[in-house]
Amino acid sequence: MDGERLTIAVTGLNATDNPGPGVAVIRALREAPGFAGRIVGLAYDTLEPGIYARDLVPDVFLLPYPSQGIEALEARLRYIHGRIPLDAVIPTLDSELPSFIALEGTLSELGIGTFLPTREQFDLRAKAGLPALGERAGILVPASRVVTDVEALYGIHREIPYPLYVKGLFYGAALACSVDEAVQAFHRVVAQWGLPVIVQTRVDGEELDVVALGDGRGGLVGALPMRKTWLTDKGKGWAGVAIRDPELEAMAVRFMAATRWRGPCELEVMRDRQDRYHLLEVNPRFPAWVYLAAGAGLNLPWATALLATGREPPPLGPHRVGTMFVRISLDQIADIADFERMATAGELGGGGRTG
Amino acid sequence: MGATDKLKDLALSESGFVFDPYTGSTFSANDTGRKILDGLRRGLDRDAIAAELRQGWDGVPDDLGRDIDDFVLLLRRQHLLPPDFSL
Repeated sequence: MDGERLTIAVTGLNATDNPGPGVAVIRALREAPGFAGRIVGLAYDTLEPGIYARDLVPDVFLLPYPSQGIEALEARLRYIHGRIPLDAVIPTLDSELPSFIALEGTLSELGIGTFLPTREQFDLRAKAGLPALGERAGILVPASRVVTDVEALYGIHREIPYPLYVKGLFYGAALACSVDEAVQAFHRVVAQWGLPVIVQTRVDGEELDVVALGDGRGGLVGALPMRKTWLTDKGKGWAGVAIRDPELEAMAVRFMAATRWRGPCELEVMRDRQDRYHLLEVNPRFPAWVYLAAGAGLNLPWATALLATGREPPPLGPHRVGTMFVRISLDQIADIADFERMATAGELGGGGRTG
Repeated sequence: MGATDKLKDLALSESGFVFDPYTGSTFSANDTGRKILDGLRRGLDRDAIAAELRQGWDGVPDDLGRDIDDFVLLLRRQHLLPPDFSL
C-alpha cells in the first residue's frame, strides 16, 4: 500500500506533565505495520519536548498560535507544504481545532488531507451543549447549567445539588461544596478561561475513558475503553489499562450514530455505584494516552491517517484487554544548535531526509 | 448475565493473580482463594467447594463454610459477584 510512504504532519508535541497527544500519535503512526513514511512535527513553542525527540520527529516546524488568526496558520502551512509536501495533517489540540476545521477546504485544495469533525459537530460536544447531546444520543449526562453571572450561583442548588463542579468552557474544573466555594471557583475559572462557566453536579463512581474514531457517516471505526490506574495531582492518567466494557463501547456507538462524528475523540465517562454510565465530557481529538490503543492492537492514529488521505483502513479487530500503559519521565539531551534553529528559523530538519 | 459469568471472564493465573477485564482491577488470591474462585467458576455449591478444599489439605477447620461465605462477601464487595449472590 502506498500509505506506507505517506508524509503526515502532527501537532501537540508538548509532552509535559500535562501532555499533548502529538508524541503518542507519532509513535502509533511509526508502529503501523510497514510504515516507512515521513513524520513532520508541528509545534507552538521552541521548548515543546517532542521537538527534541529527533528519532521520532526528524522535521519540525513552528506554527503561529491560534490567537494570531487563521490567515497566519494558512500561510505557515503553505510554507511548510512547500518545503515538505504533506499528505495529511492530524491536529491534536482543542484550541487549534477550529482553525484547522476552517481551513479544511483550503488544505484539501493543496492536497493535504484531514479527518476532522465539522464545526457543527465540534460545537455540539462543547461542555455547554452536553445535556442536549446526551438527550439526542440517549446517553446520561450529569445535570449541568451554563452560568454567565455570579448571581445565578445563589439559587443553583435548587437545580444542581452540591457538591458540584464549576468548569471553564474549554479547560479547568473546581469542586465546590457550598455557595461560598462555588462563588470563589466561579471567579477563579472566569479569570483564567473567561465566560461562560458550566456548573455540573458531581457523580461519584469510577472514571473511565474511551478513545474512539468516527467515520463521519454515523459509524464507529474503532474504540478502546480504558481505566486509569494512577492519577497525577492534576488528575491526569499516569497509568491505565485497556478493559472490556460492552456498555462503554455501546455508548461510543450511540455517540457516533447521533453526531455522525468524523475523526478522533475521547469520551470521559463516570460509572456510578448503580453501574449507570454518565458522559462527563467529549474531547474532540485523540487523548495523550492514545498510544495504548496502538499497543493493544487498535491503531486508531494510523486509521485516521489513512482516512485523511482517502484510503479505507483495514478492519480493526478486537483489542487486547489487559494491555497497560505506564508513563515515564525522561530527560532528553538536546543540542543547543537544534534549539537555536527552532528559536531563530522556527524549523528543524526540513531537508530531503526521510524519517 | 448469570451470577457467576463475571467470574468466568476473570483472568486467573497459577500464581493467584486475578485480572478483571471489565474494570481493569487486579487482585491477589492465596491458594485457598484461588481454589474457591475456581469452584465458583465451575458452578459448585458451598458443600462441593468445601469438599474439594478438604480433599486438598489436612487440618481444615470445621467451620470452613463460614470462611467460604466470607470470601464470597469479598467478591461481592469487589463487584465480582452480584450484590444478592449467596451460596
